Amino acid sequence: MNWRTHISVRNLSVWYGKTQVIKNVSVDIPEKKITAIIGPSGCGKTTFLKSLNRLIDLQEDVKISGSILVDGEDIYSPEIDVNNLRKKIGLLFQKPQVLPMSIYDNVAYGPRIHGIRNKRKLDEIVEHYLKEASLWEEVKDKLHSPAYKLSLGQQQRLCLARGLAVEPEIILADEPTSALDPISAEKIEKSLSELKNRYTIIIVSHILRQAKRLADYVIFLYLGNLVEHGPAEEFFTNPKEPKTRAYIDGKYIEER
Amino acid sequence: MRRRVEEKIFKFLMIISLIFVFGSLLLILATVFLKGLSSLSLNILLKTPKGGYYLGREGGILNAILGSLVLGISSTFLSFLLSLPIAFYLNNFLKRGSNFALFVRFSLDVLWGIPSIVYGAFGFTIMVLIGLKTSLLAGIITVSFLILPIMARSMDEVLKMIPSELKEASYALGANKIETSIKVVMRQAFPGILTAVIVSFGRGIGDAASVLFTAGFTDNLPTSLFKPVATLPLAIFFQISTPFPEVQKRGYASAFILTLIVLLISIISRILSKRFSRYRVR
Repeated sequence: MNWRTHISVRNLSVWYGKTQVIKNVSVDIPEKKITAIIGPSGCGKTTFLKSLNRLIDLQEDVKISGSILVDGEDIYSPEIDVNNLRKKIGLLFQKPQVLPMSIYDNVAYGPRIHGIRNKRKLDEIVEHYLKEASLWEEVKDKLHSPAYKLSLGQQQRLCLARGLAVEPEIILADEPTSALDPISAEKIEKSLSELKNRYTIIIVSHILRQAKRLADYVIFLYLGNLVEHGPAEEFFTNPKEPKTRAYIDGKYIEER
Repeated sequence: MRRRVEEKIFKFLMIISLIFVFGSLLLILATVFLKGLSSLSLNILLKTPKGGYYLGREGGILNAILGSLVLGISSTFLSFLLSLPIAFYLNNFLKRGSNFALFVRFSLDVLWGIPSIVYGAFGFTIMVLIGLKTSLLAGIITVSFLILPIMARSMDEVLKMIPSELKEASYALGANKIETSIKVVMRQAFPGILTAVIVSFGRGIGDAASVLFTAGFTDNLPTSLFKPVATLPLAIFFQISTPFPEVQKRGYASAFILTLIVLLISIISRILSKRFSRYRVR
């Protein structure tokens, strides 16, 4: 396959205290594709995601070894500016987390932080990214009302717009539809598949059908181990590992 | 059956406690109001004590009203300047479970519990050491020490309640900790922070023991940081402890004024808090 690697994870291990939650994972994540990370609850999916934008730094008593290269640069090297890194890598949370400000200010928050002050420029940005997250039509008349008054589904799309507004290259999404109703979920999925031409997207999901619908590439984590990874087609139709087969078929995975 | 009786008993206990607490509040307000009513006049609000005021002659307690307001507001402000950074440092800059944070919180709790007369004595010692006389400045510094732990710990508890996901959402956009603290956490925590400030102000303006040796007392209006200043709690004390019923009544009127000031500031802050928390995420 002719995919360019965007993120290259090498021997990544993560410990919380004495518990190892990610065990020596090495995988390449393709550029401008949707990569789905699947696996049962508690298998380290969220931890893996948070180590990609170093949000994991905020956890207490965490230890990380190995390296993660984004565009060939090790994001854990001391020269890296974490705030710039996080600007480059957007994150969509499981539960939409709007900021305590208006709809407009939620989208403008990131650009303002990164130095855009011009009112007209901000107006443009807000409109553009709200459209990109297909929320514009619903909110254009109430841009200055509190963001938390939107429905959950709208909040999640607002979070997407807010994330896009800082012009990331990579979008991480941590089960972004699990708190939403089916129609809102579909809208988010639709947005993500439209965005994949321009962004590298990594989505954590425990919904197999969602992964099948969206993913170009699949990573299967189980109890912190990387069990199998590969292009979606191949992964779902012809898995190599018995554990993968069992998981896809919805069977209980036996401990070794 | 037994469970239903249990529930009834507990409900009864709760209502009794409520009546007890609320009743005390009303009783206090009613007492100071009724006892001071006959002396409540524009005179007491707008005049300073004239010669022989404490023997029953002409005058009012404008000196103490203004003194208390200046002292209370200044020390609340000073204490705010220190408390807010403390609370933010503990919550947004230290990792959870940090031993240092544990130590700071414990110290603040101990300081909170120290009687105000001890702060007064401490303030006095410092004054002697640096050669400061009883003055408004000395009072402001001492009262700031008194209310700092209250304000810092109350803010700390407020900031603890801010969901970590909210901060993470801001960090994920590339905001640093200062930006996140000021632009996101402050907005979300605003009502709680305001409450912390008001509670501390109430404690500061109402305390007599800490200003006794530090701010002193005077019949003049507060005009200088380096001169003694009158405060309402001491004015109340001096008036009620005279043997003259006329002056004692003015003491109760002063107590009513003090209570009213605290009440008014609480109400104003409620209204402000409502206005400024329109965007709060609920």
